[in-house]
Amino acid sequence: MQNEWLYIGLFLVIGIIVPIVPLIASHFLAPHKPNPVKQSTYECGIETVGESWVQFKSQYYIYALVFLVFDVETVFLFPWALAMGKLPLFAVVEGIIFILILLAGLTFAWRKGLLEWA
Amino acid sequence: MTFWNDPINFIAGWLRGVFMGWGLSTGPATVITSLIGIIVMILFAMLIAIALVWVERKVVARFQDRLGPNRIGPFGIFQPFADIVKLIIKEDITPAGADKAVFNMAPVISLASVILIWAIVPLASKIYGVDINVGVLYLVAVGAFGTLSVIMAGWASNNKYALIGAFRMVATMISYEIPMVVALLIPTIIAGTMSVKGITEAQGNLWFVILSPLGLLLFMISAIAELGRSPFDLNEAESEIVAGFHIEYTGMKFGLFYAGELLHAFTFGGFMAVLFFGGYGGFFGLEKFPAFAWLSNPFIELVVFLVKALIGYWIIMWVKYSMPRIRIDHMLTFNWKFLTPLAFVLLMMTALFDKLLAPTQFYVLGMFLSNLVLAWIVLEILRKYSKRERAEHEKNAEPVVQAAHH
Repeated sequence: MQNEWLYIGLFLVIGIIVPIVPLIASHFLAPHKPNPVKQSTYECGIETVGESWVQFKSQYYIYALVFLVFDVETVFLFPWALAMGKLPLFAVVEGIIFILILLAGLTFAWRKGLLEWA
Repeated sequence: MTFWNDPINFIAGWLRGVFMGWGLSTGPATVITSLIGIIVMILFAMLIAIALVWVERKVVARFQDRLGPNRIGPFGIFQPFADIVKLIIKEDITPAGADKAVFNMAPVISLASVILIWAIVPLASKIYGVDINVGVLYLVAVGAFGTLSVIMAGWASNNKYALIGAFRMVATMISYEIPMVVALLIPTIIAGTMSVKGITEAQGNLWFVILSPLGLLLFMISAIAELGRSPFDLNEAESEIVAGFHIEYTGMKFGLFYAGELLHAFTFGGFMAVLFFGGYGGFFGLEKFPAFAWLSNPFIELVVFLVKALIGYWIIMWVKYSMPRIRIDHMLTFNWKFLTPLAFVLLMMTALFDKLLAPTQFYVLGMFLSNLVLAWIVLEILRKYSKRERAEHEKNAEPVVQAAHH
């Protein structure tokens, strides 16, 4: 196929249709007898107390922030890795300095105690 | 070009001829041919997923000293088909408090994210969906959809267990994605290409596992974490949160999550083979001799790829059924304070040695030895650290023991 991204687009469409087919089959073949007890939230038989959509531990948010720094920077590393064969030694060392600056950020978060599960 | 040395192009060319014979122009005929190819590819992947249900159940049974399925067909081989029929005719319960649209979308996205990876899996030199020049990056990008489906399922279920499972899963996935990306950068540096087919071909004479054994270790650990399998299966830790993010799912919707997980594990086994074990090829140059020319037949390559992927899948299963689950704080500490620094040190070392040693004859030896030295240094640091930790623990524990005596 000439346009590979068109191929990926077609793959996406069919990849979404394929899991829906058994769901439709199940919709027509399976019984439907809902009742309030069956539809209640499952908590090992104990009645639910309070709201389920609650505020969550802020530690997850801090990990997400640290992750964001690294994830954005790794995008810059892919072109660098790809061109490795054509780059002079100087550019390779520059890339290494870039990684060291990244690691300095990680060390900062570490020293500040952001990586502790408090 | 015959069926035996280029099956896909042979059939595609024939089909295109048939469609054009019906009066279609080249464009639509090509699109319809690709559509048929895509459907065959996805059905092949789903067939593998069905077979994996049997493999998984049989292997876990053997690990736990049981027989596993053995009623339907020889060795219970038709058990998955009975499972599918059962899952389809089970009642599908949606909890009253759930966010229905998101709840129903999550399992579809979960399986679709795995199927999408199969667009780039190089099954053989002539059997693959598409060979894009950013293949490795595509793998990471599609993997993010899996994370999305988990948080959708956990949030929409309106269940506290599901929510806790989803939070844990997302924390794991985003943390372990960093060593994963670095592990993908290493074959990119050595092969000089991001196309998975290019990486496979670059290993014609030498597998990358010899050049970077630590890279393989990084990829394996982060792949298992990304899959959410034991010892990183905190998202569905059955002893505390029952089934985690898919606790409220019944019938076929649960089946989609299950099939997605198994196919994902197999796909990562396949990528372990592609990135570090030569994929469909990697016969150490043997196929260049006339006596072994049959090795480069696409059907032989397909079998080689599937066997290598199964071995990778088997290793993932072996780890899963042998390791105890680890605590969430330990897991995140392990990633941020050990795996991430190690990954970046390995990346810097690989880049520098690849640049300095590539023109010399010490390339292979230098890469291998530098990995060994780094592994030794890391083990030394770990040994020192655990010694200090143990000493500190004993010093703190002493007064408690004395207090108990009084």
